[in-house]
Amino acid sequence: MTQAQAENYMSVQFAAMSENESFARVVVAAFVSRLDPTLDELNDLKTVVSEAVTNCIIHGYDSDPSGIVYISAVIRGETVHLVIEDKGKGIDDLELAQQPLYTSKPELERSGMGFTIMENFMDEFEVTSEPGQGTSIRMKKTIVSKKALYN
Amino acid sequence: MNSHVQLEHHRGVLVVRLTGELDHHAADFVRMDLDEAILRKQVEHLVLNLKDLQFMDSSGLGVILGRYKLIRGKGGKMVICDANPPVKRLLEMSGLLKIMPLYQDETAALSDLEVAL
Repeated sequence: MTQAQAENYMSVQFAAMSENESFARVVVAAFVSRLDPTLDELNDLKTVVSEAVTNCIIHGYDSDPSGIVYISAVIRGETVHLVIEDKGKGIDDLELAQQPLYTSKPELERSGMGFTIMENFMDEFEVTSEPGQGTSIRMKKTIVSKKALYN
Repeated sequence: MNSHVQLEHHRGVLVVRLTGELDHHAADFVRMDLDEAILRKQVEHLVLNLKDLQFMDSSGLGVILGRYKLIRGKGGKMVICDANPPVKRLLEMSGLLKIMPLYQDETAALSDLEVAL
């Protein structure tokens, strides 16, 4: 805790396979655990990672396992900055994609709630996409943590 | 596989107990298990018990909504019970609780369906 102000960084990349979704959640949760998050905060982060990685796999790469999903995270003070991206097909209409309940793949029984959940669970959320180049999601969440509850 | 499905069937009611994690990876297995049970057995109503479900994301919402449509299409009723707070939050956010009742536990859910029968 003496280095609370120092910046910490991690990055992972893995095959766009659905079995790696739980791996991605655990990696980010483990990295953030030094901020002493509450169970709710941890669950929010795991859900958001799951949504973003699932999007990369299903939408970015059309479930082609040769695609690669990239996650990087920075802890600056009490805030975690997350970037989750793919080099897949990109999103043509970003505004439409972010509408609650909209999904481009209704045949896969997608709920269309992914972006809505990410927006709700994080403090800041930004998506950039280039058709044919890929999609990148940048998010921020400040961990209020148990420390604040004790003070 | 991180998610498991436990099924119990009595008097036209299929009780489904989910454990583990329901994400996109698990969704395909859970969907197949449930659809097979719904189509093969004499299932009229479905109780989805989420007591031991440790994690769910929007893929789980898709699975729940899909089974709801299937059961409703056969004229039945689907109810959910015993969701932990994070899961309940997702169910609320998605609007699913506007179409499916959420009960405290399996007994309450079953007694409601028994009345409906």
